[in-house]
Amino acid sequence: MVLQPSKPGLALETAGAWLLAALWILPLAYAFWTAFHPAEYATRFDLFAPLTLQNFRNAWEAAPFSRYFFNTIVLVAMILGAQLVLCTLAAYAFARYAFRGRDVMFVLVLVQLMIMPEVLLVENYRTMSVLGILDSLPAIGLPYMASAFGIFLLRQTFKTIPAELEDAARVEGASALQILLKVYVPLARPVYLAFALVSVSFHWNNFLWPLVVTNSVHSRPLTVGLQVFSSGDQGIDWSIITAATIMTTAPLLIAFLLFQRWFVQSFMRAGIR
Amino acid sequence: MSADGSRRFAANVHGWLLVLPAAALLVLFTHYPTVATFLRSFFSTAKGARGSAFVGVDNYRQMIDDPIFWQVLSNNAYFALGTIPVSIGLALLMAIWVNGRIAGKGWLRLAYFTPTVLPMIAVANIWLFFYTPQYGLFEQVLSAFGVPAHNFLGSKDTVLTCLIIVAIWKEAGFFMIFYLAALQQMSPNLAEAAAIEGASRWHFFRRVTFPLLMPTTLFVLVNAIINSFRLVDHVVVMTRGGPDNASSLLLYYIYEVGFRYWDSAYAAALTMVLLALLALFAVGQFLFMDRKVHYR
Repeated sequence: MVLQPSKPGLALETAGAWLLAALWILPLAYAFWTAFHPAEYATRFDLFAPLTLQNFRNAWEAAPFSRYFFNTIVLVAMILGAQLVLCTLAAYAFARYAFRGRDVMFVLVLVQLMIMPEVLLVENYRTMSVLGILDSLPAIGLPYMASAFGIFLLRQTFKTIPAELEDAARVEGASALQILLKVYVPLARPVYLAFALVSVSFHWNNFLWPLVVTNSVHSRPLTVGLQVFSSGDQGIDWSIITAATIMTTAPLLIAFLLFQRWFVQSFMRAGIR
Repeated sequence: MSADGSRRFAANVHGWLLVLPAAALLVLFTHYPTVATFLRSFFSTAKGARGSAFVGVDNYRQMIDDPIFWQVLSNNAYFALGTIPVSIGLALLMAIWVNGRIAGKGWLRLAYFTPTVLPMIAVANIWLFFYTPQYGLFEQVLSAFGVPAHNFLGSKDTVLTCLIIVAIWKEAGFFMIFYLAALQQMSPNLAEAAAIEGASRWHFFRRVTFPLLMPTTLFVLVNAIINSFRLVDHVVVMTRGGPDNASSLLLYYIYEVGFRYWDSAYAAALTMVLLALLALFAVGQFLFMDRKVHYR
């Protein structure tokens, strides 16, 4: 290879890169330390400090985390399911149908890339209250179901699929819906995967809008549940709070560690337009 | 009707039917609330028996006289200026390292990217612990060096910087991904040609790599700006805007006005400012994109 740093230069850069990585992982490592050790070791480092799961047990018993987990999983699945259907249909129309007003519609869709639902939270709260669905999972999910980002991403992908494939299928007598399901969707599979990963991690982590629109255990997702928990009476017991924090992020973190390559590639793919 | 005409008619109907479900939701939760917010900003908030009345630009006048609004706006600008250049610079550095020949690249990438996957609220909880007086890691490290105790989140001078550090930590790895994608698409011939010409590495970066990455930088920049106005989870968890609004950001102030003081009319006026800012950035991006930034 060419244009590589000199030997001492490379050593210096390697050291810098690793130092930065250590700095980046430090907060997490510290959180893990605190969560897995008794409270008296929370801020004291001792290699032989006893390991414990008691903090997790305490956290799990102190708040209805099982319900929060259930809510988040249902919420994320509901949003993703709706997004996949709605965005696929719309993207197909934008990519392959020359209907009147298409370009204006498309610009109107793109507006959502700039104005995310959380920016309009006061007005959307009012809408949910008029619809009578405040404090419910659909209220959290509805504003995100028609994702401009998803529509845009899929439209770009569908446009790259040769029209000859569609013509061939049509000659064979396939209907529009069959063409969509048998030709377009399978060919766009990597993009669907990318979109799904980005969507799931976004909605697993989303906080402000769910905070506003929920006010009971029945609809609170994990993020809001965690906030209610850690700003409550437990306010000072850091061991339990970090345990709860790690617990709520664990599924996503484990999935990320297992499918790291996919995650990174998905975020990359989603970012390139 | 000719066959051609009926075909076009069918395309119109099918096209609209396919778009309709998504369009209906977008109208209901993006376009309608935008227009409604605009209209509501010219009315007063209904209180008890007194209904909402047209008040012209009173809400905006109130805003101009509201010192908290100006403070929040300058906080947000300071937050954006503190977060964006550093996180983009770090992201570029990370991407070049991860794309290079450094030992253990996979681990580095993992370390840099992990904060991105975590919820901001969890991240904020962990950092809250760091910043805690007496217990916190910072306090302990600093006291080891004999620096006197300092309540980082409780002091007006340091609170915003604390939030900036968290945001940089959270976002740099995310932006790294985009740079990495762009770097991987770059032709290796460029580096070979530069090596034959005897160019230094720094020279190559400044004259070739960086200009070629310009579209990516712009994309990341716009995203970073939007994020700095859109993401306030860490404010809710770590400071609630305090002390004395020193760490309140625009969207957090909207949230406070809308849901703590229930003044939806004033919140609407504030939202219009946020929307105007976002529109400005979008238009800016559009104009820049048109000028093909990468070839000077």
